[in-house]
Amino acid sequence: MKKLTAFVAGLLFGIGLLLSGMTNPAKVLGFLDIAGLWDPSLALVMIGAIAVAWVPFHWAMKQKTSLLGLPMQLPVSRELDRRLIGGSLLFGVGWGIAGMCPGPALVLLPTGHWQAWVFVIAMLAGMLIFNVLQTRR
Amino acid sequence: MTFDSLHFTPWSALAGGALIGLAAGLWVVASGRIAGISGLLGSLLGPRDSASGEKALFLLGLLAAPVLWLLLAGQPGIEFKTGALGLIVAGLLVGIGTRYGAGCTSGHGVCGVSRLSPRSIIATLCFMFSGFTTVFVLRHLLGN
Repeated sequence: MKKLTAFVAGLLFGIGLLLSGMTNPAKVLGFLDIAGLWDPSLALVMIGAIAVAWVPFHWAMKQKTSLLGLPMQLPVSRELDRRLIGGSLLFGVGWGIAGMCPGPALVLLPTGHWQAWVFVIAMLAGMLIFNVLQTRR
Repeated sequence: MTFDSLHFTPWSALAGGALIGLAAGLWVVASGRIAGISGLLGSLLGPRDSASGEKALFLLGLLAAPVLWLLLAGQPGIEFKTGALGLIVAGLLVGIGTRYGAGCTSGHGVCGVSRLSPRSIIATLCFMFSGFTTVFVLRHLLGN
């Protein structure tokens, strides 16, 4: 049941990304280009997502176990450190160059565009570089 | 700033967003998990754990979405603006940045902001700020 739930949640998430326009890099860049011809659609994606996710997440924060009896795996760290800020700033630069973030980039893979494959391979390489740097510390 | 009324799609944006929120809400309520794509990928690139199967199935569902979409609705509107070198640099930055920052648009932007997590709100402001700045520099200062 938990595996079926994971698959269905992933499927709905992917369809949501496609419907919203997040999987179109040109549209994402149109949102990020506030000084040019600005397309505010993606602000509405965030608003729609948060409006719907608000109640389940606030319910989940008060529980110890989920409906399927699994432990709640919510992040506990509250530290606002250099890693969080520096990492997020770097992520935004990459997002601004390509107009792709991790979810939409994966969704783009089966559509057969080479650009998505190049981006995802580089992204996975970046994550592996992070893993190597982490284990060295 | 000029409003791009030609490309503005408020209803599909809101509906798609709502579906994203529903998927994230479903997973946290049912299984207690955060639908953060960079975190799931990073975890699957590391050592296996008891939840690896579940995490892989979420990503498999994500990959199945465009297949279903292609079968039922045809090719979605997709246009790239970046060349090969830009894509490689961007991919590396997104990979490293999301792991150091412990999240991306989904984990911080949707799940974290919905919990009102201070870390996620700060992270979201940071990647939005650098995203806006990067596009400004590339398009308006360097004229790319």
